[in-house]
Amino acid sequence: MIRVLLPAHLKTLAQVNGEVELEVHGPVTQRSVLDALEGRYRVLRGTIRDHVTLGRRPLVRFFACSEDWSHEPPDTPLPPAIATGQEPLLILGAIAGG
Amino acid sequence: MSGVRILIGTRKGGFVLTADGKRKRWEVSGPHFAGWEIYHMKGSPADPSRLYASQTSGWFGQVIQRSSDGGKTWEPPGGPLEKGPEGFPKGESNKFVYDTSPGTGQPLTTHQWYDGTQHPWEFKRVWHLEPSLTDPDTLYAGVEDAALFQSVDGGKTWQELAGLRGHGSGPQWAPGAGGMCLHTILLDPGNPKRMFIAISSAGAFRTDDAGNTWKPINRGLHSQYIPDPTAEVGHCVHRIAMHGSHPNVLFMQKHWDVLRSDDAGDSWHEVSGNLPTDFGFVIDVHAHEPETVYVVPIKSDSEHYPPDGKLRVYRSRTGGNQWEPLTKGLPQRDCYVNVLRDAMAVDTLDPCGVYFGTTGGQVYGSADAGDSWAPIVRDLPAVLSVEVQTLP
Repeated sequence: MIRVLLPAHLKTLAQVNGEVELEVHGPVTQRSVLDALEGRYRVLRGTIRDHVTLGRRPLVRFFACSEDWSHEPPDTPLPPAIATGQEPLLILGAIAGG
Repeated sequence: MSGVRILIGTRKGGFVLTADGKRKRWEVSGPHFAGWEIYHMKGSPADPSRLYASQTSGWFGQVIQRSSDGGKTWEPPGGPLEKGPEGFPKGESNKFVYDTSPGTGQPLTTHQWYDGTQHPWEFKRVWHLEPSLTDPDTLYAGVEDAALFQSVDGGKTWQELAGLRGHGSGPQWAPGAGGMCLHTILLDPGNPKRMFIAISSAGAFRTDDAGNTWKPINRGLHSQYIPDPTAEVGHCVHRIAMHGSHPNVLFMQKHWDVLRSDDAGDSWHEVSGNLPTDFGFVIDVHAHEPETVYVVPIKSDSEHYPPDGKLRVYRSRTGGNQWEPLTKGLPQRDCYVNVLRDAMAVDTLDPCGVYFGTTGGQVYGSADAGDSWAPIVRDLPAVLSVEVQTLP
């Protein structure tokens, strides 16, 4: 199981508490994790990635194993600790504004 | 006894204020969608329990919310009440995609950018939601970058009415300081095919065929801040208002100037008269007196607060030109708030109630058509929009 930690506003929107656990088939990448996340919580479509381009929204960040993966290509495999569920993929809103 | 429900959109959430017909004691509920910008909330005239809200965030984009119980509970349309196979919300009501189809979406390509170059349309947020007068599941959304969308399934899915951007003047539209937003939607109660919209900074437009085709209705507008002050498009219209019994009479608060049209927007003339300044954002019409109009003068385009630090609503009982200041109960010193374009509304009780919200977080109400005012709440986040429902 892949573990994903959503920012507070998206937890509220998706009506989840704590972490989300997802089953991802094939390589574990940003794209495959987000596809699985949005497939299960359709209300999150458009809130993390653009509806059309599927590009990351500018003020959303992806952290994995204490590293910023936001600027990595979406099909780059995530670290093994994410793929094995040892560590969660953190999705969070960037520090911007007040 | 009938009652009133006020829907308040703010920078950090939505609030619902309710009172009985006396409009003396108010209950406050909220914040709903705490931490999100609520640009607009509005109830369906066909079903007062059906409310819609535009929930938006610079981080997480656009979400549409819907209530079927007068604002007690909310859901994204197609959301929690319609579970997917795993029992999770399956709503996807936040998808606003511009029409680029060959049949209807061309040549909807670019608009004018701040530097004069052409810039592609980019969806940012929904500024205004306008439910149908007759069907609770049909509503319109005015968005930034300026376009008009329609939903006929209660906000689950949205389709652009591309005839507006397809009018041909789109490449001349330009964003104002607040963005290139479609902020006003007026539905003609006597003609279901007629609709008025306004865009900053493009101007006002009208359709007479239910949104298929549009014409600019800006003749008579004079704007010194554009190269051709009387151009067909390019005017920064801040708000348009109409009385339902006189749908051919429109009132406009422009960037500067208050104007009036008696021919459904085909021509306009200025009615600023004795206003202390004719800059402002809101304009509205008394529920029972089609020639009684309200504005809140703001000092200037660079000083967005009332002149002399005095918060004054101005009322004209003559359809413009002759205005009287309404000050009783409003701060008359050291007041430097703004009243944004969607932040005034009226109820339909007798006497007519008038309400407006400020960027300082106050919502003021008058239960006597503006003669006297009292704050309903004082310390909300900056108010973006105010709508009122008169309840049976």
